[in-house]
Amino acid sequence: MLLIKGGEVFDADNSVLKQSDILISDDGLIVDKGRNLECGPGTEVFNADGLTVVPGLIDMHVHLREPGFIHKEDIRSGLAAAAAGGFTAVLAMPNTSPVCDNGAIVRYMYDKAAVVDGARLMVCGSISKGLQGKELSLMGEMAEAGAVAVSDDGRTVMNAELMRLAFQYAGRFGLPVVTHCLDENLAANGAMHLGPVSLRLGLRGIPGSAEDIITSRDILLAEEANARLHIAHVSTRRSAELIREAIRRGCRVTAEVTPHHLTLTDEAVEGYNTATKVSPPLRSDMDRLAMIEALNDGTIGIIATDHAPHAVEEKMVEYDLAPFGLIGLETALPVLLTALVHSGTVPLERLLKAMSAGPAAALGVMGGRLSVGLPADITVIDLNEEHIIEPSSFLSKARNTPFAGWKVKGRAVATIVGGKVVFRR
Amino acid sequence: MVWRRKDLLGLRNLSAAEIEHILDTAARLKTIFDRPIRKVPALRSKAVFTLFYEASTRTRSSFDTAAKMLSADTYAVSPPTSSVTKGEGLMDTVLNLEAIGADAIIIRHGCAGAPELAAEAVGCSVLNAGDGMHEHPTQALLDMFTIRDKKGGFKGLKVVIIGDILHSRVAKSNVWGLCKCGAEVVLCGPPTLLPPELAAMGATIEYDLDRALEGADVINVLRLQVERQARGLFPTIGEYSYYYGVNTDRLRLAKPNALLMHPGPMNRGVEIRGDVADGERSVILEQVRNGVAVRMALLYLLLGGVEVAVD
Repeated sequence: MLLIKGGEVFDADNSVLKQSDILISDDGLIVDKGRNLECGPGTEVFNADGLTVVPGLIDMHVHLREPGFIHKEDIRSGLAAAAAGGFTAVLAMPNTSPVCDNGAIVRYMYDKAAVVDGARLMVCGSISKGLQGKELSLMGEMAEAGAVAVSDDGRTVMNAELMRLAFQYAGRFGLPVVTHCLDENLAANGAMHLGPVSLRLGLRGIPGSAEDIITSRDILLAEEANARLHIAHVSTRRSAELIREAIRRGCRVTAEVTPHHLTLTDEAVEGYNTATKVSPPLRSDMDRLAMIEALNDGTIGIIATDHAPHAVEEKMVEYDLAPFGLIGLETALPVLLTALVHSGTVPLERLLKAMSAGPAAALGVMGGRLSVGLPADITVIDLNEEHIIEPSSFLSKARNTPFAGWKVKGRAVATIVGGKVVFRR
Repeated sequence: MVWRRKDLLGLRNLSAAEIEHILDTAARLKTIFDRPIRKVPALRSKAVFTLFYEASTRTRSSFDTAAKMLSADTYAVSPPTSSVTKGEGLMDTVLNLEAIGADAIIIRHGCAGAPELAAEAVGCSVLNAGDGMHEHPTQALLDMFTIRDKKGGFKGLKVVIIGDILHSRVAKSNVWGLCKCGAEVVLCGPPTLLPPELAAMGATIEYDLDRALEGADVINVLRLQVERQARGLFPTIGEYSYYYGVNTDRLRLAKPNALLMHPGPMNRGVEIRGDVADGERSVILEQVRNGVAVRMALLYLLLGGVEVAVD
C-alpha cells in the first residue's frame, strides 16, 4: 500500500484543488481518497505537504525514435525522460525505421516498453504504408496489437483522396486520425516561419497558409466521413479559427498546441540556434497570442510536446541543413508553469486538464481523473521549486532544446504509474 | 575609433560610426594602389584562409589580392578538392583551419547563418563573403565606398536597388548599411521577388520601375538568376527584362548625375543593357577596384594590423 499524504489534490471534475490523501493498493489502484486517511502498518507514506497531486500527465505527441534511430532516443530513455517530466503516459509517433505501419512493429514497441520503468507507452500507427502517402497502413492489425491512433506525423498526406479514405477506414477500428498539417509544396525547403524575420535572416520561409490549407481540408474531409480528427501542433491564428468554427458546427475535432508555440516566436531563430528549427515553425507573436486564446477558450484542449530528439552532431550544422524538431518532455511543465500559470496568463486548472483529461478524451483512453477504483497514474508537482533548465541533466539522450538556461519555477517531483513510483526527484 | 570586433558577419549589427570607420580606413589604404610597390608589411605572418562553398570570381580574388597587398599569407580551400567531399562538416573544417594557424577565415556559403556558426566555433576572425540569402557585407561596403567617393556622403541620397531582392544578400546588406547612414533606399522588382515584408528593414517598396527611378541618385542593378524562371517566379526572361531591365530611356528618369552600379556578374541584355553597363554613368569597374580597398580595410582592422604609413 502507498499513501500520498497531505497534498493539494486536483479534482478534474470540479476543476478545484483541495487537500486530500490518496491510498493506493498493492495492485496499483486508487482505493481511498479523503482527509486524514488512516493507514495500517507496512504502508509506505509519501509526504506531499506543500505539493500538488494531479492526474498523471499525458503527452500525446512524442517521437521515441525506436526502432531505427536509437542514436537519437530509444524507448527506454524516452519513457524515462517522460517520467522525469511528470508524464505517466506518452503516444509514440510512427516515423521510425521501419515505419510503424503494421501490427508487428506495434507489438515490438509494446514488448520493449514492458520491461522499462517509466511512463506508459501508447503506440500511434501510420496512416499510409511507409509514410509514403500512397496506400493505407494495416490499421485493423495495428488496432488489434494495441495502437490507439494513426498519423503520418512529420509528413502530410498530400493526396486528399487517400486522406478521405483514411478517415472512413480508421473509424471502423475506433482510431482517431492525427494530422500534421503542412502543404508540402508551400512549405518546400522552408526552414522557418515566413515573415519579416525570415527575410531578415535570409532563411526560406514557410507561410502560415501552408498549415491553414491542410487544417481546413482535413476538417472538411473528417466532417464528411463523420470521423474523429485530431490536429497536431496547431501554430497559426487562422488554423485556430478554423478549428473553433468546426467545433461550433459539431465536427468531432480535437487539437493540440506545443509548449514552444505557446511561449516562443520566430524572433527566437535570431542567431541561427538550430534548436529553434521545428515543424511547424515558431510563428509570429500574433499567432502565439492566438494559441493562448484558443487554449483558454477550449478550442485547443490539449498540450503536447512534439518531443523530437536529435543527436547533438545532427543539430551542430548550418540552419538549413539541421533536421526539424526539439525536445520537450523534461521542459514542458516547468516552462508552462512559469510562462503561463505563474504569469497569470492561463489558469493552473486549465493547464492540468490540457495535459491529462484532454488527451485522454481525444484518444479514448483512461486518464485525467483520480477516482477510487482507477489505476493510480499520478503526478506530484512542486509549483514553487525554482531551477535553471540544464540540458546536461536530462534523462533523454537528446539536448536540442531552445529553453536551455531558462530560469523556471515549478516541476514534477514524483511520477507514479500504476501505483509504482517510477520517478522521484 | 578603436575597433573591437573579432568578426565581420553582416552590416545589420554594425553602427553607422563603425561603417564610416571602415570606409575611412579603406580610403587611406587605397592610396597604396598608386605606389610603385603595391605592398605594405601590415599583416606580415598573418594567415588568411578563403573557404568558399559557392562559386566566386570577384570576391575571392579581391580578398586574395587585398590580403597579399598587406603581406598576409593566403590559402584557398575549395570544397570540391577538400575533405568537405569526404563529409567533413563546416564546424570541423573551420576548427581544423584554426588549428593549422588561421588568423582569419573568409567564408562563402549557400546556407544563411553559416558564418555565425563558424564564428562561434573558432577564436580567429571570420569574415562573411556571402551567406545564402542573408548578407554579403563586403559587397555592400564597397558599394557604399563607391557612393561616398562619388557623392561625398549618404544623407538624403535616393538609392534604388532593382531586381531579385528576395534572394539577394547584396540587397539586404545594402539596405542595412545605407539606411543606417541616412540614405533613402527604394527596392524595386516583381512582387514574387520582392515581398512587402522587406519594408520592415527600413526601405521603401516600389513595383513600378519608372516611378522608382524618378530622381534617383544611385541605381544598383542586381543580377537576375535566370534559373528562377523555371521555379515560376516570373513568366519569361523577356517579360522580366521588359518591366525591370535598365536601358537608356529609363536611365533618363534618374538625376542627370546618377551613378549606375551592378555587383556582377552581369547578364547583359537581361537586367541591364550592354550600352548602359559600359556607359558614362556606369561605375561598375570602379566598384570592383574599391572592393580591394574595402577588403584590405577589413582585414587590417580585424587582424589588428601594424600601423601603415599612408598619407
